[in-house]
Amino acid sequence: EEPHGAAPVDFLQELPSCQSARRRRGDTQERRPALLGTAGSRGAAARELPQERDKLADRPAREQPKCMAEKRRTRDFQQADTERLSRWKKWKRTSSKSLKKALSEVKGLSSYLVLWRHDIHSIEGKFGTGIQSYFSFLRFLVLLNFIIFILMFSFVTLPTVISKYGLFNSTIAYISPKNRDDVCTVYEPGGNKGLVYFYTYLKDLLSGTGFLEVTRLFYGYYSIDAVWISIMRYNLPLAYLLATFAYLALSFLWIIKRSVEGFKHNLVHDADPFQSYCNKIFAGWDFCITDPSAARLKHRSLQYELQTDLQEEKLKQKIAERRMEEKLRIYSLRIFINIIVIAILSGCFYSIYKVTVFSQEKSNDIYNANSLVNLLVQYLPSMVITLANFIGPLIFSFLIRFEDYTPAFEIKLTLLRCVFVRLASIGVLLFSLWSQISDCGNDKCKPCGYNYKLYPCWESDVGQEMYKLMIFDFIVILAVALFLDFPRKLLVTHCSCKLVQWFGHKEFEISDNVLEIIYGQTICWIGTFFSPLLPAIATIKYFIIFYVKKIVLIHTRKPAARPIRASSSNFFFLVVLLIGLLLAFIPLGVSIAHIPCSKACGPFRNFNTSWEVIPDTIIQFPTGLQQLLFGMASEAFAVPFFVVLCILMFYVIALARAHKRVVEQLREQLVLESRDKMFLIRKIAEAQR
Amino acid sequence: GAMGGSASLIPRDLLGEYQELTFLSKQEILLAYKRFSELLPKEERENACSARVPKSQILTLPELRANPFQHRICHVFSTSETRDDSMSFEDFLDMLSVFSNSATADIKSHYAFRIFDFDDDGTLDRKDLEQLVNCLTGQGEESRLSSAEMEQLIQNILEESDIDKDGTINLSEFQHVVSRSPDFASSFKIVL
Repeated sequence: EEPHGAAPVDFLQELPSCQSARRRRGDTQERRPALLGTAGSRGAAARELPQERDKLADRPAREQPKCMAEKRRTRDFQQADTERLSRWKKWKRTSSKSLKKALSEVKGLSSYLVLWRHDIHSIEGKFGTGIQSYFSFLRFLVLLNFIIFILMFSFVTLPTVISKYGLFNSTIAYISPKNRDDVCTVYEPGGNKGLVYFYTYLKDLLSGTGFLEVTRLFYGYYSIDAVWISIMRYNLPLAYLLATFAYLALSFLWIIKRSVEGFKHNLVHDADPFQSYCNKIFAGWDFCITDPSAARLKHRSLQYELQTDLQEEKLKQKIAERRMEEKLRIYSLRIFINIIVIAILSGCFYSIYKVTVFSQEKSNDIYNANSLVNLLVQYLPSMVITLANFIGPLIFSFLIRFEDYTPAFEIKLTLLRCVFVRLASIGVLLFSLWSQISDCGNDKCKPCGYNYKLYPCWESDVGQEMYKLMIFDFIVILAVALFLDFPRKLLVTHCSCKLVQWFGHKEFEISDNVLEIIYGQTICWIGTFFSPLLPAIATIKYFIIFYVKKIVLIHTRKPAARPIRASSSNFFFLVVLLIGLLLAFIPLGVSIAHIPCSKACGPFRNFNTSWEVIPDTIIQFPTGLQQLLFGMASEAFAVPFFVVLCILMFYVIALARAHKRVVEQLREQLVLESRDKMFLIRKIAEAQR
Repeated sequence: GAMGGSASLIPRDLLGEYQELTFLSKQEILLAYKRFSELLPKEERENACSARVPKSQILTLPELRANPFQHRICHVFSTSETRDDSMSFEDFLDMLSVFSNSATADIKSHYAFRIFDFDDDGTLDRKDLEQLVNCLTGQGEESRLSSAEMEQLIQNILEESDIDKDGTINLSEFQHVVSRSPDFASSFKIVL
């Protein structure tokens, strides 16, 4: 291979590709190469000029990389050009220009409507884009919950409000139970009878029982068959179910749209875009940082990251060279540690199950219905879950040190385990609730299909559990900020004893904070079916959490050792949020389609399961439409559809593979061309001497 | 208010022209005018549109003072004939336009290339990359990478981005590698 340094540099400057790059820069300070043949090259350059101009003139002036004076000249030239065009093209160009102007005006005005624009901008300036991405994510969740609330409110709660106050000539038709003497339909929500102390209201507010149970907050209120608005019949049960599906679909589509926007992964080339060195070097500096101390932190964290990555690369080489005994030892150690992890997880889940069963049994005990103990017993599952969510990550980050992975993989694996603990604990809680509800030993559920004595209106009970989880989560976040972060900061700043200094300032751990809010969001998604006004509570909760976290960040932050990149953080948030949403589908699917709904309350009283509302409505459609819909759900349609999808998928995969091959060939070609170029230049230089 | 006052100092047709020739909105241009005139001494604020601000003054802006590429930015966007890197208002608008939210990826990568090209020769060679990495890790001897680490790092960068394997990164290769970089659009941004 010829050494590259031997090629004469001045020749390279005369190449057409170099000249065109210079011209695109509009370089007025160009250094003209003073060599023989410059007259010829200038002639060639002059010939190039009209071609270049045509290509660039197609783009509007502001998209060209020139200084303002030259952009003016280009624009004037383009306008002179327009004069020569036909009337149709002229009109098209002027109308597109005015449309763009109008759009930019609208965009400028709507930027004022964006929530927290100034706060997030100042956070970005002081802490960089990594931490700013967390706050943008919070803002996204506030908006999402608000929209879900508007959806559920307008389709489910608003009709009941309208008909209650008789607006627009509306009336309610309540559901009459099919068989009045049926023991399943007996439901007497507690209410507060007799002498009530003030703190009972507080207790009811915190646990969703008592006066809250009969309000619009929970499923049990909506025992409405239809709402008549003048002559229109509004089918509330159908609306309830469809609104549920709508908010799930809306969340799913919005999350997918957001993740596609920010993620430009090129599937043709295999390298991981987040870990590439070019990404870290060329996009490494956040140009929005305005604070010099933040800049110093950024420099240090960049240096640390680069050094760690370079070391990790060397480590990977070492790992590849491991001997057989080493490998055996490490794999058996990993299996052993994974078994420990699974044992710990099972222990957590079993304790959640036991505590939930205990809490459900004890809270139905009427003897101490109004005492503080009862409140604590009701909150016991939430407390155990929060404890598990707190201890789990500590144990995982301790254990993973023994497994001898590369640092980047360690972080990913610990994160995965923490995500699993958080989301699975909600699933275990729901599972234990359902095992109680469908506990059919001793013929407890013979007439109704579920345990009607303890849970006459089981959907409201599940709604109450979700409500309690959400409230407790909110209280914990506030309490941790008030009673852990601030005292810690005060201690570390004012007390100089060694133990306290070793403890140090608290890092703003993005992954922990994100898992917290995703856990809350999953609860909201599951709970909205059982408690339609829950998204409003979630919106207010996230709104307050934004300010709490912002204050905590500004006052107690310690620089994180590894820098946080906005793009990989965004990707991580959205993937985990999507996992939470998909996990929320499971309990909802089981409740809607499998468990018999309660006969004593709710819009689906007269149906076996909530899903039955839909076949019931379809039967009322005209026969043609009915047949079409039933046909679409049958096997005769599904199997060919599936086969066609598979064929499409194979085609697209084959196409991608073909493109990949072409790209590889072109890359090889480019390398060869470059070597040829160097060779020829050297030959010409030799021939000239 | 301050906004109303500065609106009357930029003639309306000039404002419209700036909106057409840059990616900035009207409010952003007015804000830029306000910040630019604050850099000038009081006597010159009347005709800020045609004044030139020396480099030392520009570097006092909070958006630039903490930036390791501040000198390169001034050099690239300055159209001063005396090559003293002073900036006029139009240069300032050009700079904000490239760094704004709505600028195309093409423009951003083009100017990023010019900013990173420390010796202005049209390609990023090893010396440019070394200076780039030193800018990123900070000033001072203890914040530099060792020469072995630097060598390894530059080797990795060239492996990822140098398609024709000539030891330098030209504009097209740079634009190609940056188009696949997920962080570039969000990090290469300055909003007043």
